[in-house]
Amino acid sequence: MTDQTAEITVSAQGLSRRFGAHAAVERVSIELKRGEILGFLGPNGAGKTTTMQMLTGNLAPSSGAVSICGVDLFEHPVAAKARIGYLPETPPLYRELTVREYVDLAARLHRVAKPARAAAVDDALVRCGLTEVALKLIGTLSKGYQQRVGIAQAIVHRPDVVILDEPTIGLDPIQVREIRTLIRELGAHHSVILSTHILPEVESVCDRVQILHLGTTVFGDTIAGLRQFHGGRMLLVGLRHPPALGELAAISGVERAENTADTLFRLSFAEGADPTDELVRRAVKQSWGLFQLTPAQSSLEDVFVHLTRKEEQ
Amino acid sequence: MIFTIAGKELKALFASPLAWVMLTFMQIILAFGFLRQLDDFMQIQPQLIRVPNPPGITELVVAPLFSTIAVVLLFAIPLLAMRLIAEERRNQTLVLLLSAPLSMTEIVLGKFIGLMAFLLLIIGIAAVMPLALLFGGSLDFGLLASLIIGLVLLAACFAAVALYASCLTAHPLAAAMIAFGLLLGMLFAGDAAAEGLRSRGWQVPAALAQVLSPLKNFEPFTKGMLDSYSVTCLLLLIVVFLILAIRRLDAARLRG
Repeated sequence: MTDQTAEITVSAQGLSRRFGAHAAVERVSIELKRGEILGFLGPNGAGKTTTMQMLTGNLAPSSGAVSICGVDLFEHPVAAKARIGYLPETPPLYRELTVREYVDLAARLHRVAKPARAAAVDDALVRCGLTEVALKLIGTLSKGYQQRVGIAQAIVHRPDVVILDEPTIGLDPIQVREIRTLIRELGAHHSVILSTHILPEVESVCDRVQILHLGTTVFGDTIAGLRQFHGGRMLLVGLRHPPALGELAAISGVERAENTADTLFRLSFAEGADPTDELVRRAVKQSWGLFQLTPAQSSLEDVFVHLTRKEEQ
Repeated sequence: MIFTIAGKELKALFASPLAWVMLTFMQIILAFGFLRQLDDFMQIQPQLIRVPNPPGITELVVAPLFSTIAVVLLFAIPLLAMRLIAEERRNQTLVLLLSAPLSMTEIVLGKFIGLMAFLLLIIGIAAVMPLALLFGGSLDFGLLASLIIGLVLLAACFAAVALYASCLTAHPLAAAMIAFGLLLGMLFAGDAAAEGLRSRGWQVPAALAQVLSPLKNFEPFTKGMLDSYSVTCLLLLIVVFLILAIRRLDAARLRG
């Protein structure tokens, strides 16, 4: 878990961006420490990409400030940008270059000194699993490999902050897993901001999540906090000969029992209480015919839908 | 850093068929023009001997050749420069440069120098052609040098205008059309205004209008004259359009 004293790498305060009368992003603040992975969530058009463009200096905010490792992005853009690696939604690839040429170009553009450059390029290629295709033209690679080249480009100069805009979009499941593993590895040394709408991705990779909706932050907490956010913990129970609902609700620790289908029940219970043992004991004693018992945490999806729906109403 | 971008641009140019096609046709057109001038020169040579202090081969063959190159470059440079920013925007690769620790000035100058390196190659090849005449005669190297300097400045001028045009849009062909329109407009407007103003005796406004017309400012060089006024005009145009390009890119960041 994150060290409380770790250095703050990204600090954005009150970022707003208007396009004409339309406010794409409204007073979004982000703070990230070294070694943290922040998941950036939101429905399409929530302002994720706009926020990322502002964090990387590609777009000037209408108001607000960004500092990267204490360097102000707008006063000292060159020094601040040297500490950022950015993979935009469409990887900025030159199709006519080979993978190695391209990553080398990215290293040079990010002012990696000549003696260290070859090693840095090799390292990025290895970490992204690109060594075998290093001499191929980028234009001939599959989408998955192109995505990896995009990530290699973002990490070759060992930036303090890596910002990835939907890094796993359009990849097959195996590639998605590889990229996730890569992102987790990155999280060990860099701060990572990751935008996606694939919710399990955030749960499996990120330390913290920030949900954006209509340009404002509607939720920001750790993954653990997220799980508790929506009605504590839950058990999904399947009983062939179910008792009355009241009997289930009477089990100590159970706050609420719901019948979700004929023989399926959802029991919510308070944090700290765990009615599982008691439930199993009663089920056996009274022959309820227990055939399913799944701990169901309130999923990110629930929270996400809850928050973004609520805002719409 | 500027040279990293310039090198990348040059590589991209040679990776596309455009550069090769351009070089080929350039060479064919120039060779044809050169031989025709040479042919004309051979025909009038007997009469030239009777003229006291006759114009040499450099004046009669090489100078017109360079004027032809100037006109060909007017068409070629918008096409060569159109991709510089517009295509990067369309392919969404400009982000790589904008996110890198580079200033807008470095990006624009890098692109400009990359294109200039290619143009120097074209001019270099063109300059080699007259050297073939050394087998049969002598050249006026002073005039040749002035022609080369003039052509480089002129090409830089066209390149700066075309680079600015490329910053205006995300469609390479539109960028080429804008560049071409801008250049032609400047040539005509500059010339017409200068003529009109001069005929009324307004020398200073006429001189200012003349700044706009790079081809007009190239003329003194074809006479072997390193006219400081023309040089200043051309340099001014280059600097102004490069600054406009930088400001334009910066504005895109602000406006989104």
